[in-house]
Amino acid sequence: MKNPHRTQRIAFFFLLLTTLLIVIPVGLIVVIIIQKGLPAINWQFLSAMPRQGMRAGGILPAIVGTFYLVSGAVTFALPIGLLAAIYLSEYSKGNKLTRLIKLAIVNLAGVPSVVYGLFGLALFVVFFKFGASILSGSLTLGIMILPIIITTSREALESVPQSFREVSLSLGASKWQTIRHIVLPNAVPGILTGTILGLGRAAGETAPILFTVAAFYLPRLPHSIFDQVMALPYHLYIISTQVPNVDEKVRYGTAFVLLALVLMMNLVAIIIRYKFRKNKKW
Amino acid sequence: MVKFEIHDLNIWFGSLHAIKQVTMEIQSNEILSIIGPSNSGKTTFLRTLNRLNELNPRYKISGAVELEREDIRRLNIELLRQKVGMVFALPLPLPLSIFDNVAYGMRMHGEKNRKILEEKVRETLEKAYLWEEVKDRLAESAFKLSGGQQQRLCIARALAVRPEVILFDEPCSGLDPISTAKVEDALVKLKENYTIVLVTNNVKQASRVGDRTAFFLSGELIEIDRTDKIFTAPRDTRTDGYIRGKFG
Repeated sequence: MKNPHRTQRIAFFFLLLTTLLIVIPVGLIVVIIIQKGLPAINWQFLSAMPRQGMRAGGILPAIVGTFYLVSGAVTFALPIGLLAAIYLSEYSKGNKLTRLIKLAIVNLAGVPSVVYGLFGLALFVVFFKFGASILSGSLTLGIMILPIIITTSREALESVPQSFREVSLSLGASKWQTIRHIVLPNAVPGILTGTILGLGRAAGETAPILFTVAAFYLPRLPHSIFDQVMALPYHLYIISTQVPNVDEKVRYGTAFVLLALVLMMNLVAIIIRYKFRKNKKW
Repeated sequence: MVKFEIHDLNIWFGSLHAIKQVTMEIQSNEILSIIGPSNSGKTTFLRTLNRLNELNPRYKISGAVELEREDIRRLNIELLRQKVGMVFALPLPLPLSIFDNVAYGMRMHGEKNRKILEEKVRETLEKAYLWEEVKDRLAESAFKLSGGQQQRLCIARALAVRPEVILFDEPCSGLDPISTAKVEDALVKLKENYTIVLVTNNVKQASRVGDRTAFFLSGELIEIDRTDKIFTAPRDTRTDGYIRGKFG
């Protein structure tokens, strides 16, 4: 018997089920990390150097390291990615070169992160002689998040209605003025979304920083961009696998801080995006 | 005085031959209405005059279009578009405030003085019969205006860069009769100082406001003459059929 209402109910049930299946792991991750990690969080944990082979003390150098690396990566990737996106969206014609560039970007997004690590080692650490340093690590992470930023920025630029461009040009504005005053401001929310995605990725990756910057145990803060630093994901990996007898609390506490740091950076971007969205008038 | 001279104009978009061998003149300070069914090339013709067609990468052109005896392809494109303004079919405010919409063009041409901008914005909004309705809400988003107000805002915005010619691409197609009447009033007043080319789907509108009327069909210019002649004694039977509503 075909009963459209029953079929519809069954379909809705499965759609709801799959959606819930996505929510469950996210919720569990947050709950477990908070539950097990929160007890470790205190002022000392956030502000002190690690002691006793990282079994005690704080994780300040790793927090600072991750913050520098992420800021560095976005500083490199955002301007380059944005300019590339502007070129692809506004200037490029649909010729072979453009297709090649687009193909390269798609492939860049598919490269495994450990390969980026090796690439960074060969290019920045060895060839440019930056050594294992914040600079090398940031550049490596920057290249890794470049495709994310380019792709999302391009989509944001292309979603600005063509009619706005035509109106601006019809008033005698130049192409660049049109991009600068009409297209870009309306694409900011989308560009920020891409930046948020890239930021989270850069903060969480271990492999690209493994050979390019991350220090195993370095209980002091960096003085220049040519210093090595500790970083949260690598620190978490070490205390979970390389150092015996680390309190579970410390591990989950580190994970909690990493999560909180990423969420906080996201929050800043979300607030900026919200402000722009509110001003958006179409 | 002749404003635009068009000789043997042909336009293609890829393999589509959109305008075929059009030769005509546009006089200063006249309202030239262009009528014709959909896909007859009216809008394409209009967008040739400010070179907006060039945004389409498949666009090809032959023949000559001269603005005051100068080939428009040799003119600086920004200068051409400043001289030849455009009002689009749908009201298309930019995502800015009412004030900034009108000031946009002037700012892009380098005007920074707030006083001058304020003065000019007021002046042009008055010319478009909109000032009284918006003078207390200039900082509001242009999208908060009604459709008819938005279209008059677009007229003001086009006027603000001091064009000599204004192209109207079916400016009333999205408006109710009252708003249409207001826009038409504005058109007739504007004629004193500007040359107006009005593309319209509305034959009656052409008969109401046009000094001369051109009839396009399938990319060809069938007939161009004084509006009263076109509407009383057209030379071509196809023109006659169209204005009587036999097709289109």
